[in-house]
Amino acid sequence: MTVLFGIFLLTLLVIVAIGVVRAENLFVAVMLTGIFSLLMAANFFILDAADVALTEAAIGAGISTVLLLGALALTPGQERRLRGGRWLALGVVTLTTLSVLYATFDKPRLGDPEAPVHQHVAPWYLEKTPELVGIPNVVTAVLGTFRGYDTFGEVIVVLTAGIGVLFLLGLPGVVGERKREDLESGRTYLGHHLIPQVVGHLLIPFILLFALYVQFHGEYGPGGGFQAGAIFAAGFILYALIAGEREALAIVSPRLLVTLMASGALLYGGLGVLCMLLGGSFLDYSVLASDPVAGQQWGIIIIELGVGVSVAGVLLAIYHAFAARGH
Amino acid sequence: MYYVVSLAILLTMILALVRALLGPSVYDRVLAVNLFGTKTVLLVSVVAFLYGRPDFLDLALAYALINFIGVLAVLNFFQNSERNMAKGPAENRKEAG
Amino acid sequence: MQIWLDGISFVMFIGGGAFVLIGGVGVLRMPDLYTRMHAASLTDTMGTLLILGGVIVQAGFSLAAIKLVAIALFLLVTGPTATYALANAALLSGVRPDAQTLDGESAS
Repeated sequence: MTVLFGIFLLTLLVIVAIGVVRAENLFVAVMLTGIFSLLMAANFFILDAADVALTEAAIGAGISTVLLLGALALTPGQERRLRGGRWLALGVVTLTTLSVLYATFDKPRLGDPEAPVHQHVAPWYLEKTPELVGIPNVVTAVLGTFRGYDTFGEVIVVLTAGIGVLFLLGLPGVVGERKREDLESGRTYLGHHLIPQVVGHLLIPFILLFALYVQFHGEYGPGGGFQAGAIFAAGFILYALIAGEREALAIVSPRLLVTLMASGALLYGGLGVLCMLLGGSFLDYSVLASDPVAGQQWGIIIIELGVGVSVAGVLLAIYHAFAARGH
Repeated sequence: MYYVVSLAILLTMILALVRALLGPSVYDRVLAVNLFGTKTVLLVSVVAFLYGRPDFLDLALAYALINFIGVLAVLNFFQNSERNMAKGPAENRKEAG
Repeated sequence: MQIWLDGISFVMFIGGGAFVLIGGVGVLRMPDLYTRMHAASLTDTMGTLLILGGVIVQAGFSLAAIKLVAIALFLLVTGPTATYALANAALLSGVRPDAQTLDGESAS
């Protein structure tokens, strides 16, 4: 059944992808990208990858649509016709597709126990997680401690992306010549729509609560810092949409956003250094408490917090950079 | 019995997808995306039970909460492009094809 | 007991599936944007309620049931809001309801 679901969803995925490529109106392309992301998340879900599916849900369903619309407000609505270079592109794509197709012949069947992934480190992770880390969600253990360096790298990548966007677009009151007070009030928000106002104000507390749940429940169920940060950002973006840019920036000021961006990554890296000072190696949390397992758990909770803070800060800063720039 | 309802949801996803691809106006596409989103929530809820994984309902919960931010952003987007007459919504409204 | 619960959720699933499917057909076949929106939103609400209700009956008293109730509530609140936002955006940028589907006097 999994295979049938998978084939079905992947077929729809291909159709949507063709639709995105063929759409000349960029708004249409953005909407179809939303469907693409929903399909992708459903696909991850069918394959039992709940953590990834939750990330795709949090980022793809809400935030990427909002960010893409923010970008679209700064650009013309129609795709420009390309002249020349098409055959070269077609050739490259065909070649890549054929080589990828050829490579799939060597791929093991879905769920094959003999597949290399199930022979290599995965059994070790599954076997050792309860003993060394003592939390039920192996994905969180792998992300947080076994592959802690990679996750640190991801946080740095997110932070770098955020810094890049801020350098290009500016953030009122922090980067660029605009000041926060310059933001014309009542421009980019839904102040006079009563129904979205009421429903939005009703939902925001639940979104933030859910973000906290995802943040601190990541050891037991799907979730963790990345997802929680994205959901947090979604909650504040909703507030910015219904109450206005200026109100939103009054609650979380741009300076605070930039501080959050940096401090999340700093918390993560700082914990690594602290581990070294306590006599372990970088990001080896076992030394944080007298009991190594408890130390690992503390370490994971702290770095997940760092990830969440950093991701939320970056996403919100990018949103505000676009929104302040619009028109 | 889970299969029956998942089948109905999957068929509806196809119908919504056809509407999203056909248009004709951009609003039809937004409507289709929204329909697709709620159908994904339902599909995830049903399949979570089909597979006996009620923990995974968190995913559906995340969708239910976040999905509609996108629609509000669309409203905001059109409201702004309405004000900004230079590249008015006429271009968006009557897209070719 | 279990067979009754299964029966109840089966009936709800069938009903919900029918509603969802009818909504999908309506979205595809209705003549203009506003009628499509009507088809989507109305059946969306009923389909959501019935399908999630069927799953809740299966879940019994558990954390999963509470989550499902929360999902149903959120969908019921956000669905009409999204429809409102969409209809407003469409009306704002000048999409008028198809005159053919209205009474004569409204046709302009």
